[in-house]
Amino acid sequence: MKHSDKDVKIKGASDMPEMPASLGSMAHNKTASWRNLKPVIDESKCIKCFICWKFCPDAAIDFIDENTSPKINYDYCKGCGICAHECPVKCIDMVEEER
Amino acid sequence: MSKLTIPQEEIMSSGHLACQGCAGALAMRYMLKVFGKKTMLAVPACCWSVIDGPWPYSAVSVPLFHTAFETAAITASGLKAGLVAQGINDVNVVAWAGDGGTFDIGFQAISGAAERNDDILYVVYDNEAYMNTGIQRSSATPYGAWTTTTPANHPKDRPKKDLVEIIAAHRVPFVATASVAYPEDLIKKFEKAKNTKGFKLIHIFAPCPTGWKMAPELSIESARLAVQTRVFPVYEVENGVHYKLNINVKNPKPVGEYLKIQGRFRHLKEDDYKVIQENVDREWELLMRKVETFK
Amino acid sequence: MKKVILGDHAVSYGALLSRVQTIAAYPITPQTLIVERLSEMTANGELDAIFTKVESEHSAMASTVGSSAAGARAFTATSAQGLALMHEMLHWAAGARLPIVMANVNRAMAPGWTIWTDQNDSLSARDVGWMQVYCQNNQEVLDSIILGYKVSEQVDLPTMVILDAFVLSHTAEGVDIPDIKKVDEFLPPYKPEIKMDINDPRSFGALTSPDVYMEFRYKMQQAMDKAKKVIVEEGKKFGEMFGREYGLIEEYKTEDADTILIASATVASTARAVIDELREKGEKVGLVRIRVFRPFPTEEIIKVLEGRKKVVVIDRNISFGKTGIFFDEVKGAFYNSKGNKPPMFGYIAGLGGRDVTPKVIREIVEDALNKDKPESEIIWKGVKL
Repeated sequence: MKHSDKDVKIKGASDMPEMPASLGSMAHNKTASWRNLKPVIDESKCIKCFICWKFCPDAAIDFIDENTSPKINYDYCKGCGICAHECPVKCIDMVEEER
Repeated sequence: MSKLTIPQEEIMSSGHLACQGCAGALAMRYMLKVFGKKTMLAVPACCWSVIDGPWPYSAVSVPLFHTAFETAAITASGLKAGLVAQGINDVNVVAWAGDGGTFDIGFQAISGAAERNDDILYVVYDNEAYMNTGIQRSSATPYGAWTTTTPANHPKDRPKKDLVEIIAAHRVPFVATASVAYPEDLIKKFEKAKNTKGFKLIHIFAPCPTGWKMAPELSIESARLAVQTRVFPVYEVENGVHYKLNINVKNPKPVGEYLKIQGRFRHLKEDDYKVIQENVDREWELLMRKVETFK
Repeated sequence: MKKVILGDHAVSYGALLSRVQTIAAYPITPQTLIVERLSEMTANGELDAIFTKVESEHSAMASTVGSSAAGARAFTATSAQGLALMHEMLHWAAGARLPIVMANVNRAMAPGWTIWTDQNDSLSARDVGWMQVYCQNNQEVLDSIILGYKVSEQVDLPTMVILDAFVLSHTAEGVDIPDIKKVDEFLPPYKPEIKMDINDPRSFGALTSPDVYMEFRYKMQQAMDKAKKVIVEEGKKFGEMFGREYGLIEEYKTEDADTILIASATVASTARAVIDELREKGEKVGLVRIRVFRPFPTEEIIKVLEGRKKVVVIDRNISFGKTGIFFDEVKGAFYNSKGNKPPMFGYIAGLGGRDVTPKVIREIVEDALNKDKPESEIIWKGVKL
């Protein structure tokens, strides 16, 4: 039974391993719906210090390269606001999520 | 433009089930960055039993064995023995536990593993209460804190157990405290642990916004203030006797600055602040004497 | 090679011949001789295993679970209070489907403090998902360790090999110690399909919702069902290779018997002499020894008991508030069978190491022979009032 990044569908005992061994990654679980506020980076003010990337507990800020502002991964960002709070130049705003 | 100060690789995946602002999740992210894929985890009952996701999923790309509450250290030892017995010597085994599983119910097994100098890293991500079961006090809960079993009119009246000193008394190669607010120091310690044979323990101060009744964006801020007020000194002990202060706090902030941003200390009065300040000053003084005496 | 050895040392030799790779154990009387000998064996290089001297039995089983999950052939041994302390981890070993083999020296539970034999320690672990083998002599102890790995590694469930305190553990008997090369032929190295492996990283034992938990339990029961066949098959193969065959139950002079005596462990080996004696007096009695208690040999028991006139069960254990445990299980197994149901007599004897001598057994059988049916569900043998 191979490990997959996608959602795993289980019919019953016949397609389950003997012991509860995992078959897939939590990456299938998009946690975007957890947030009420979303961080938005003002790239014109960003100094590319990557402190926001460094402190994200959800690994939901992508590092591109050293010359590019990091990108928030809105599929997973839970909206905790650590990035905005820790940004030394206050270039990240927490804005109301539109639903 | 600046260089990254911590490793880029992500082995912990997004989509895990930690609450917003969870420092326990952040600590795992850091650890795996250093330890990489040649690592196995033993995880007892703790927040990470949930964070890693329900069957059939996992949030880490390394083997992880969910084990009983009191067995993180010995399960890790057993895994290591099993690997070495098969001639697999290049895999690191990490016990990854909360403060309840470490300071309380898992304490005996840690002492056993430390005394035998089993070749594992034990990490406790300390959020100072049983958070996974709903914020009950542990012996890592600090003096004065509210929890659901130490209500505001009868908060905890005993100090936090001094784990690092007890483990250091086993004369193991490496014991350290660390904070998620200082990732570069934490990364360095993980690297040191990775390259040290024998028993290692890293005690990570890991705020829990949910249990501390605090806004999630204050997770790192509160960890930083714990260090800057000297509430949580960041230091290491080699072979049980060689003390080294990793983050010197020359002009400490008053403890009130740390306490006042957390709902769990909301009931405290000025007098309580005074008692806590005195405790913190005394503990710091004691530590400084050790640092000076046992270099 | 034939050697005169203690039951505890038969366990050590069983582990040695099985080439166990890890051992984790904590000392408890009367198990200590097992681990002392294994310490010598690992120290002098006779056995290439890592022996972790843990700080409790709970940790002994947790360590064994860890090593087994990593893919090693893992062994431990305990007794009584130690088994009780590791109870939580017994569930872990079975639920994680790890083919651990453990020797348990049957010792009665405190208080009051006791070191002598009865079966309440292991029978309190009846429902944890471990196979249980009750041995009647030192030879069977050694053989059952090897067989334990052979069966466990096919069905992914752990095995508890059980021997009576002192009556076996500290009693010397002649034991054939098979050649290790021959044992290698019988028991190949352990190669699990799924294990803790950095090249195939998985989590084990995560949160299971009500949606899937029951299916995992169903699979454990399926494995137990499979084990019944595997135990018999491997017991036969073992017999072909080593001249000693083992099954789920063992019958002695049952063919024409009107009355069947059921016993386990050393009580059963003592009972053989009593059966011979009673046969000489013209009583048509036979013996069934229950060797494997889990999985329970329901069909075998029904088959052997159907059509008999009386059944007598001796229990060196008790389920407080009910009856002797083997008695209860035999009765339960028999309920849905066809045909006549013979009266069943349940005797409790030998608790806390009180001797179950041929005389005691003879009196029990004679008592049953003299009655039409039992006066109560429990008949206490030898209790002083």
